[in-house]
Amino acid sequence: MNVIHGITIILACQLAGEVIVQLAGLPVPGPVIGMVLLLGGLFCYGEPPAAVRSVGETLLRYLALLFVPAGVGMMVHFQLLARDWLAISVALVVSTALTLAATMLALRVMLALRKRRASP
Amino acid sequence: MTVADEITDIWVSLAASPQLWLTMTLVVFLFSVWLNRRLGGNPALHPVLLSMGLLIAILLLTGTDYDTYFEGAQFVHFLLGPATVALAIPLYDYRHQIRAWLAPLLVAGITGAAVAALSAVAVGAALGGESTSLMSLAPKSVTTPIAMGVAEKLGGLPSLTAALVLMTGSLGCIMAPGIIRLLGIRDDAVKGFAMGLTAHGLGTAQAFSISAKAGAFAGLGLSLAGLITALMLPLLIGFLPV
Repeated sequence: MNVIHGITIILACQLAGEVIVQLAGLPVPGPVIGMVLLLGGLFCYGEPPAAVRSVGETLLRYLALLFVPAGVGMMVHFQLLARDWLAISVALVVSTALTLAATMLALRVMLALRKRRASP
Repeated sequence: MTVADEITDIWVSLAASPQLWLTMTLVVFLFSVWLNRRLGGNPALHPVLLSMGLLIAILLLTGTDYDTYFEGAQFVHFLLGPATVALAIPLYDYRHQIRAWLAPLLVAGITGAAVAALSAVAVGAALGGESTSLMSLAPKSVTTPIAMGVAEKLGGLPSLTAALVLMTGSLGCIMAPGIIRLLGIRDDAVKGFAMGLTAHGLGTAQAFSISAKAGAFAGLGLSLAGLITALMLPLLIGFLPV
């Protein structure tokens, strides 16, 4: 197995995902369905093939770089940002804090409930 | 022909080819990684944010429009799709923990994903944000490739969402230690899961600096947040006060 195999499998999952989204009119991005397809494939296969793992992990290791071209697109939206900067920045700060707190509390409560049920 | 004319000639021909901006994206990113390390790895100056700022400055100074830039940068951008598909690999790796903690993780994941989207849209709407801004805000806690796809489906601006996602990631890294202390969270799995869910890839990277366990659960939080948001948000958004 070489790198081309890994790339081909991942791209094929993405393509199949796009086709399914188009055909079924799903409100979900195609690559997300591709991720579900690959996950299903891994469960069937039992273990990620070495080629898929090496390509996938390389992509994820340099994930930060892949955000840059889209992020630069912010320059097109300066007008919208100038208009809504207060709403957007307050929303980001408040929502990020709430999300962190809500997730930690929910998981802690659920784990405590589960432990209590497991050892009565 | 003067030297200045020659330089202008070379610039004009280079600026029209995709090579220049593809190479610039990589060079600026490498420089930003180096600079961030020199500055002590401060999450407020994440290499992605530094790169965005520097590239925008370069484009404005050289009078280059975004479409020209994207001609070159699209080759990097395209890889976001395969990267999203590749998220199946860490999800598969954590399948035993997921199965053991399935119900708690799902409840916490759905709670977190709903709070992330609804609170952002509600606060933004209360402060008079425009609908396009709000729809771009909604998926801000989700990893960029998924968030951009969701924003597009909702009628937001994918490129604005990309920037908001990155800011959320930095904010999450800055605020997480304080909130962990405030709530007295001791379990690294809980810390990591929340950081990955709230602050996606940037939160996951920071969680790995707490412990390997925190990092693993952050990867899980990131993947779950993406999946839950992509599936739920387009349905949930109908109930929002927009």
